[in-house]
Amino acid sequence: MTQPRTARYQSALLATALLLASGALLAAGAAVGSTGASHWTALWADDTAGQIVREIRLPRSLAAWLAGALLGLSGAVAQGLFRNPLADPFMLGSASGAALGVAVVLVAGGGVLSAGFGPHGLGLTGAAFAGALAAVAMTLALAQGVHDSLRLLLAGVVVGVVLGALASLLSQLSPQTLPAMQAFMLGSTAMVGWSGCALMAVSLAVAVLTGWMLSPVLDGLSLGEATARSLGLPLAAMRLALLAVLALATGAAVAQTGLIAFVGLAAPHLVRSLSRPMAGPLLLLSALTGGVLLLAADIAARGVLAPQELPVGVLTAILGGGYLLWLMRRGAASGGLR
Amino acid sequence: MTALAGRPSAICARGLRVRLGGVEILHGVDLALPTGRWTAVVGPNGAGKSTLLRGLAGLVASSGAVELLGRPLADWRGRERGRRLAWLGQVEVPSGDLRTYDLVMLGRLPHLAWLASPGPVDHAVVEQALRATQAWDWRDRPVGQLSGGERQRVLLARALAVQADVLLMDEPLGNLDPPHQADWLALVRQQVAQGRTVVTVLHELTMALGADALVIVAGGSVRWHGACEDPATHRALEQVFEQRIRIHPLEGQWVALPR
Repeated sequence: MTQPRTARYQSALLATALLLASGALLAAGAAVGSTGASHWTALWADDTAGQIVREIRLPRSLAAWLAGALLGLSGAVAQGLFRNPLADPFMLGSASGAALGVAVVLVAGGGVLSAGFGPHGLGLTGAAFAGALAAVAMTLALAQGVHDSLRLLLAGVVVGVVLGALASLLSQLSPQTLPAMQAFMLGSTAMVGWSGCALMAVSLAVAVLTGWMLSPVLDGLSLGEATARSLGLPLAAMRLALLAVLALATGAAVAQTGLIAFVGLAAPHLVRSLSRPMAGPLLLLSALTGGVLLLAADIAARGVLAPQELPVGVLTAILGGGYLLWLMRRGAASGGLR
Repeated sequence: MTALAGRPSAICARGLRVRLGGVEILHGVDLALPTGRWTAVVGPNGAGKSTLLRGLAGLVASSGAVELLGRPLADWRGRERGRRLAWLGQVEVPSGDLRTYDLVMLGRLPHLAWLASPGPVDHAVVEQALRATQAWDWRDRPVGQLSGGERQRVLLARALAVQADVLLMDEPLGNLDPPHQADWLALVRQQVAQGRTVVTVLHELTMALGADALVIVAGGSVRWHGACEDPATHRALEQVFEQRIRIHPLEGQWVALPR
């Protein structure tokens, strides 16, 4: 009779630790920058430095956390929805869709928006978001609905490859867009302002709430499709709703920060290696873990080569890849990747 | 067809047809399975046994009529049906991350309000189910760390935790060793004694002959439906397996041996 309580206690402990880590990292994020680390209360007093903190470092740190949280949540939703531990948020083609949207706007604008894709262009942000959603819609249409997971995955691969190729073709045809395009593909939090943070915060709130409400479906699906249906779960409608959550969360993150690899894949794995929660708590914990991971990576990306900055997407790809490799070796030793 | 007349049907199918990938697997099956009895579905590989069971449970698209407890299957609301009919699938492997206890608790989903925490009754039912399948000792372990046979017992406990009137099981003996097969048999007998209806697809003919009634499926239709002790049922079984088996009495039960 004690084990459900133990599990809940473990999850609560993990959530507390992650929240504390988030707070500490946000403070650190405000202090670390290309001018080197310094005490951030001192910075607040100094006017120019204070402005740097308020207008650049704080919003970008918060943006890194929020984007990571959105990706972590999406990863947990995708892995539960497709019953596949290797599912990641971008597997319905949203990444390539977003890239194509960005490429179209860049080419149309003649590449003049090359400074970034955050505050300069609501156009770019909007194009990335619209592209991500359109790609998911296209995947759904190709798969003829949501009832067949395998068909959805295959359709996602097809849409991803084709849209990705189109995006590459477009930027190849107008070389002046290549730097901006590359910045998007690598992923960066450097250009996100307060408005971007607000957009992501709202998306995160909606996604977490909806995901939590639908979590019994993910629990049921872990038993397999037929069993889930035998338990009376309305699979079709709720799957569609979960896909909407997935599209919204990935779209919001990609639109602000570009393609950031591995956070969505690694965050749920990390949570499951520490605790074994049901789907609801898993979604929350994956969001918190994703936030911590990306914010930590962002701070490291600022610090490693200071005053030069490493694109955070490169860092997460290296760290996430290494983590998964380690997980694979450990999983092989204990009988399969889980 | 010496069907066990006189009892109301737990599940009744008329003209049940199922097409999978453009191929008709079931060609209009008529079948009435009595309540409070254990019915075993047997037949050669690819005969459509599993498809029949899925059709009876309403888990595949089908045409024709299926009634559950006297009411058309389509008229049942999802959760309501989920409380009355439990399903144990053949090939479904659960994701390995859930704890055994939490997984079995998922059997209580149709009984719980949406997002509600399980109450004392649910915990008691889950404990009872885990103890009934001797899986209580691993309640804290993740399902992914269990062996195939252990996992099968946990999945059986999950199905029992639904406490449904009708229990459909596809190949429930997979990976179970002989002592646990005997335990499973006792468990099914106990469920039937409590008035529940059990329908199983079985490959082990000797186990199937321990049921109350046998449904023999071949080529997508029902070839025979009769009591297990009926010699005519034995003849039908031998015939459907092309006289490659023979049924003998041994120590008060029937045994199917190859010849």
